[in-house]
Formats: sequence, structure tokens, C-alpha cells
Amino acid sequence: MTNIDVELVDVTKRFGDFEAVKNISLQIQQGEFFSLLGPSGCGKTTNLRMIAGFELPSEGEIYLKGQPVGQLPPFKRNVNTVFQNYALFPHMTIADNVGFGLEMKKLPKAEVKQRVNDTLELVRLPNLGERKPRQLSGGQQQRVALARALVNRPDVLLLDEPLSALDLKLRKAMQLELKELQNKLGITFIFVTHDQEEAMTMSDRIAVMDHGVVLQVGTPTEIYENPATRFVADFIGETNFLPCTVVGCDNGIATVRLGEIAQINAACDAQLPAGQEATVIIRPEKINIHPTRPDDATADTIFAGKVAESVYIGTDTRFAVTLADNATVNVRHQNVSVDDPLTHVRAGDTVYLSWQSAAARVLTA
Amino acid sequence: MAVQQQVQRGPAARAQSQTHPPRKAGSRLLTWGNRLLWANMIFSFVFLYLPIVVLVAFSFNDSRLAARWSGFTLKWYGLMFTSEAVLTAFWNSLVVAVVSTVISTILGTMTAIGMERFRFPFRKTYDGILYLPVIVPDIVMGVSLLAFFALALDVINSSFNLTGDSTLRAGLGTVIIAHVAFNISFVAIVVRTSLRDFNKALEEAAMDLGANEWTTFRRVTLPLIMPGILGGALLAFTLSLDDFVITFFTTGPGATTLPIEVFGRIRRAIGPDINAISTVMLVMSIGLVVLSQILQRRSSN
Repeated sequence: MTNIDVELVDVTKRFGDFEAVKNISLQIQQGEFFSLLGPSGCGKTTNLRMIAGFELPSEGEIYLKGQPVGQLPPFKRNVNTVFQNYALFPHMTIADNVGFGLEMKKLPKAEVKQRVNDTLELVRLPNLGERKPRQLSGGQQQRVALARALVNRPDVLLLDEPLSALDLKLRKAMQLELKELQNKLGITFIFVTHDQEEAMTMSDRIAVMDHGVVLQVGTPTEIYENPATRFVADFIGETNFLPCTVVGCDNGIATVRLGEIAQINAACDAQLPAGQEATVIIRPEKINIHPTRPDDATADTIFAGKVAESVYIGTDTRFAVTLADNATVNVRHQNVSVDDPLTHVRAGDTVYLSWQSAAARVLTA
Repeated sequence: MAVQQQVQRGPAARAQSQTHPPRKAGSRLLTWGNRLLWANMIFSFVFLYLPIVVLVAFSFNDSRLAARWSGFTLKWYGLMFTSEAVLTAFWNSLVVAVVSTVISTILGTMTAIGMERFRFPFRKTYDGILYLPVIVPDIVMGVSLLAFFALALDVINSSFNLTGDSTLRAGLGTVIIAHVAFNISFVAIVVRTSLRDFNKALEEAAMDLGANEWTTFRRVTLPLIMPGILGGALLAFTLSLDDFVITFFTTGPGATTLPIEVFGRIRRAIGPDINAISTVMLVMSIGLVVLSQILQRRSSN
């Protein structure tokens, strides 16, 4: 248990009648890059603000390094925050901004100066100490905000959508830089974002939230390949949803009926009762598309369909294929070969779709 | 008329005029609009500033009669600075303005922070009451303060058995209290505006970095709302300096402020000496405005 940095136990936060966070329990390991991912208003920022101490939980307890801190004010917690719009003090120089936390700890002036310079160098902003925040670009302000938090050597660094104000190219560069910095320092990062790609790029583990509830916690691969709910599947990446009825379920493989079309097999986590209404999900890139009926021994699910639309976007071609019962399936076909017969497929043509039954999953939530 | 002419002029003329048909009427409107705008501006400036120009000019007039120019002189200014009554009134005004500004700025800033940052019962009611001194007519305020002070002084004097020289009377003290009473509202309103624009994340950032509430206020909040506080203080100072009505009702014998002194002199005769006093007050007010601008610009840098 000693290597758990942050633990939330049954934490609930209410604002009046509104429950922003509902009974959340999380364990975040020491040195982990942990993301809270979800749409705006899902409670991820409230969660972060409770760990920082800006909001106090209505119920439950928060532990930092095993110590309960739920009701402590922010200045008594060894965590630091990088704010969404940086929140740099406009009336202080960059050096004073970065040194503020150390000054509060009443460290000797020489040490403060040394550590401020070291940290500014760490975020690659040397020689800017005498400037004021508004003389810096957005990307530079971002680095100052990072330096101001890191200089205190916190147990945990909290980041509240810190990259959302940057342009795409800078954001991509900062994502890698943040990850690199975290590896180097070994500090636990808790990162709030609504950008699934950002979360996937950087995180060791992700907690997907919606309406104040944590729907799933897992590595990026687990969350993408094995989403726990329809919401997770839909929020992260692109997915086809096919309504179905469970026929039977045995040892992680369910047999389901897809409307009037067919009976297929798909992976499932829990034992599902026969007759239950459910959803089969399958990612567009996991479907193979063929101009003629394939002779594919590994693909045990094969459907015929009519192309409703095909969009060529360079690296791959996206097809929308209408199946027999009017369900539309999106397919992503990688343009690997030079003379691919699928490039000649037009709307209205008949094609065949196939996939491995393990690539499809049955979800009930 | 215009349409008829167009028809008579034939196809060529029509084609030409069709390329800019609304232009003529539009530009005529524009010129008229422009002229009206200019006229409005000139009229406003004359209306606002001509009396002041006349006042300043005639303070240099070498004639007792207000309406006739008979040469340049500085004697009224000299007379003013040698008149003990004027100097005393001037000094009283300054004392009242400085003391009431300091007190009302502190109380008003505290009120603004309380109103803006805390939730408490009857907050809305208190909010309404806070704005009352701004909208209540001065005369009502003056009369009510007069009644209040009469009662309060009477209660204090009788309960502490104050008689003779130690009796508490209306004077500069009551004037200062009255000025504080109406200035708190003005300061609070100005400071609240700057608190409302204040980015609360800055306070959270300070606390996140280990500053407690008081240090956060002193190091982050206060420096950033300082322009608002200074603005409120200068407003309070000018309001106090030129208040007549409320001062008139709350002052006592021997505690004459400059506006009261001016009023007393005018009742006898409008002389150039009053023009000189008014000009000095005008210059002071302008100086304060300029000073506040400089201070605000410096703090925003």
C-alpha cells in the first residue's frame, strides 16, 4: 500500500442539489501518469479540485501518501496545480512567480534563486526570469506555470487541461515534453482532459468519467480494446453499435442475434442471460471489406452489404456499408496495396464484411 | 419628383443612375447626420465648459463687478491666501476629506470583499441597502443625519454628564462621520467592480503554492485590486471635498468647510474672490484626476 500516492474513497461532491461527483473511489500509484477523461461537466475537474483542496468533498475521504487530507486547505497539501489558463500572477516577474511557493516555505533567498533558475532551465525557459507574464507567448506561459508547480517538488502534480489553450502543433509537442518530464522526475501526474487522443498519448492509466461517475479505469489499450460501457466505447475512438439479443453465453463468448440478419459470436465479460437486449460493438478498423465473398478462415463473421458511401482520405478509405436490415456499419480500410480493387468500389455496389468474433464485444450498459 | 425626372431622362441616364441609386439620398443623410453630430458636440462642450472658462477668466478680472472685464490681476488670489476665514475653511475641508477618505476606503474595501466573496443571510437585502446613499437625495441624507446626530449627541452628553466645555457638539467630527457614511457606498461599488473582474484562479494558485488566506490577500488580491481601491479613494476624496448639502446639515459653529464658506460669501455678493477660490478647487480636482490616472497606469504596468 505504500506505493499508492493518491487514494479517493467513496468521494461525493454536491453543489446544492447537484451531485458533481458521485461516490468515486480511485487509487493512483506513485510515479503514475493518470488521466481523468470525460466530456465537459462530467466531474473530472471537480475531482481534481478536491485533490488540490479547492473544493472539500461532501462525503468520503482523500488520502495523500496514506494521510487523510480531504478537509485540509490547499496550502497544507503537498500537491501543486497547473491551471487551465495558467493563473500566473500578472504583477510579478517570472522569477517571482516561480519562486512564490519556495518563498512561502521560507527557504533562504539564495536557494530560492538557485532552484528557480534550475527549474526554468528544466522547462527550457532560461533567461526570462525578469519578464512579466504577459510579455510571454502562450506556450512560454504554459512552461512557467509548469515550472511554478514543479519547483516545489510536490508529491503529486495536478494538471487541469493545461494544453487546451495552445494550438495543435504546440499541444502535440508539449504532450511529449510533459510525458518526458514526468518520466525524468518520477512525480505522480494527475491530468484532466476532455481530449481522448491527448489522454491516450500520455497516460499510464485513464479514468473515463461521465455524469460524476467513473465508468472505467484502465490502461489506454484496455480502455480502447475492452470498453466497459457504450459511453466509453463511443467517447474513445469510433465504434459501430449494432443492437442485438443474447441467445447464449459461454466462457467469455456470447452468441447473439443481430435483428433479422444473423446469429454471431462476440466476446463478453460477464455471464449474460439469454433473451437480454444488448449491443454489439466493433471498431471500424477491425472490419475487413472485400469486393467478392472472401475465403477467410480466420474471419468467422461474414456479411454482405451495399456501399452507401465511400470516402478516400489518403491513408485509408472509409466506407459506410448498409446491411440487410438497414443497419449501417462504418469500415476503415487501410490503403496498403497499390492496385486495390476496393478503390473502384462505388456507392450501390455489393461488398462483403468480415471480422474475427473476438474483435466484436457485447455490452449491456 | 426624383423618379419622374429619371423617367424623362431616358434609358442612358437611367442606367447610369441605377449604378448608384441610393447614394444621393444616403450621402445627404450622412452630411446632415455629420452636421448634427458636430453641432451636438460643440453645443455640449460650450454648455459644459463655457461657465468654467468664464469663472477662471473672471478670477483674473481687475474689477469688483462680476460682469465687466477691466484688466488682468492676481490680487484676488492674494486676497484669498491672506483671508483667515478662507484658509481655515480650506484646512477644514482638507482634514475632513483626508480622514473620511481613509476611513471610508478601508471600510468600503472590506464591505466590497465581504459582499463579493462571502455568502451570508440577508446578503441581497444588504446589497440593496449599500446602494441607498448613492440614490437617496443629499437633502434627505443631510436632514436624517442632522436628526440622528442631535439625538446621539444628546444621549452621549446626558449619559456621561458632559457639560460646559466638555459638551460634545456638532463640528468637524460629525461632518467626517457623515462623509464616511455616504463615501463607503461609493468606494464599495468601485472596488466591487474590480473584484468582479478578478480571476479567482490567481487566489487558488497562491494557496496551492502554500500561501494562507491572509498572505494570499496581501500578496495577490490586494496588489491586483489596488487600482480599484485607489479609484474609489479618489472618488471619495473629491465627493468629500465638494460636498455642500450634507456638510451644511451636519456641521456646527466654527467648523466651516470651503463649500460652506463660498456659499456664505455668495449670499453677500458674487465677487472675484469667489471665482479665485473656485478656480483653486477646480485645479485641485483636475490634479486629483490626473494623479489617479497616473497611479492606475503605473499599477497596470
